[in-house]
Amino acid sequence: MDGERMSVHPPQLYPAYRSTVLRAPSRPLIPLKPTLSEITGPLFGEETLGPFDDDLTRQHAGEPQGQRIIVAGRVTDGGGQPIPHTLVEVWQANAAGRYAHEADKHAAPLDPNFTGGGRCLTDGEGRYRFTTIKPGAYPWANHPNAWRPAHIHFSLFGPSHASRLITQMYFEGDPLLRYDPILESVPDPTARECLVAAFDTDLTEEGWALGYRFDIVLGGPGATPSEDA
Amino acid sequence: MTALPTPSQTVGPFFAIMTALGSNELVAPGAPGAMEIHGQVFDGAGDPVGDALIELWQANRAGRYAHPADDRELLLDPDFTGWGRCHTRPDGSFRFITVKPGPVPGDGEVLQAPHINVSVFARGLLNRLATRIYFGDEARANAADPVLVALGDDARESLIAAPDGPSAFRFDIRLQGERETAFFAI
Repeated sequence: MDGERMSVHPPQLYPAYRSTVLRAPSRPLIPLKPTLSEITGPLFGEETLGPFDDDLTRQHAGEPQGQRIIVAGRVTDGGGQPIPHTLVEVWQANAAGRYAHEADKHAAPLDPNFTGGGRCLTDGEGRYRFTTIKPGAYPWANHPNAWRPAHIHFSLFGPSHASRLITQMYFEGDPLLRYDPILESVPDPTARECLVAAFDTDLTEEGWALGYRFDIVLGGPGATPSEDA
Repeated sequence: MTALPTPSQTVGPFFAIMTALGSNELVAPGAPGAMEIHGQVFDGAGDPVGDALIELWQANRAGRYAHPADDRELLLDPDFTGWGRCHTRPDGSFRFITVKPGPVPGDGEVLQAPHINVSVFARGLLNRLATRIYFGDEARANAADPVLVALGDDARESLIAAPDGPSAFRFDIRLQGERETAFFAI
């Protein structure tokens, strides 16, 4: 697990992302052999969901500004098995690159028709699907002329406490990707690539919305690929 | 077929857009056995972390997790999911109302002391930090807990919530520095 954490997940301390400097734990994580506490975790059902939780373009009286997109994919474990009926949460900035959050002071307009939060459950085959608008890039104070590439935050639970994951999805072809220390903190370029959603003509709906595919693989006990596989 | 796990990324500062789900009250205040767990999150400079997201996952009072992998014949409470979520205030503080979980099985025959599993997310944390809350009034169970006994004194101490008034415990989370909380690779 330590090896996996080092190669796939970012390090705790990544000074180019300034906020890690005073927040990253300085001691190595303590290995913990999975017990019932780690192999169980919260489960969520349909009662968790509101009517337009999977369509971020229909949560207000009017339609939000921006490029309408469909983001969809499959949630699997490391062995390729689908994770059915698991909760997927998303949040994002609006098309202008502004979050509907009081702490976001970026001088870009709020959109009265866009909050930017959504959730859904995967189906029996581990598939999820959101309709939303493409978020805008936005400046942040990390370094001179720093801009976050367009991204959507994803929160996943999977089957256990151990499989809990929060991550970010980026968009293929974004020129800001290579300047972003948060994405660049993932040490392995192949793993980094997993966070970049590909434009997908099959998901694209004619005359309606562009499609992006983002598949997610959750770790956790029993789901870690073996070294020789 | 095997695949690389999707890498973790920071929760960032704006997660409140989606936190309408979940509550810091796993049980109603005043429910049988209800207790408060409160504390603060601090960074390496000792400053409060006012934009952290804390999640709890725990067994019920009988020691049973509301999950199919726990099929022991212990009482399940349909109203208790064992999951809660809370974001810190500007002073780094958080507060949960819950019940003390019963003991749960560990590796082999040994029971683990009552504990709550904790996930910490925040801007500046590229990965979820996993820790556990144990209870200061469970000295005997703690002394026999297989996870606690394997830790050094400082790490063990960092996981034990101190009784703080009637039916209340204090559990501070120090992300970095001298009294750094013990975090687990799970």
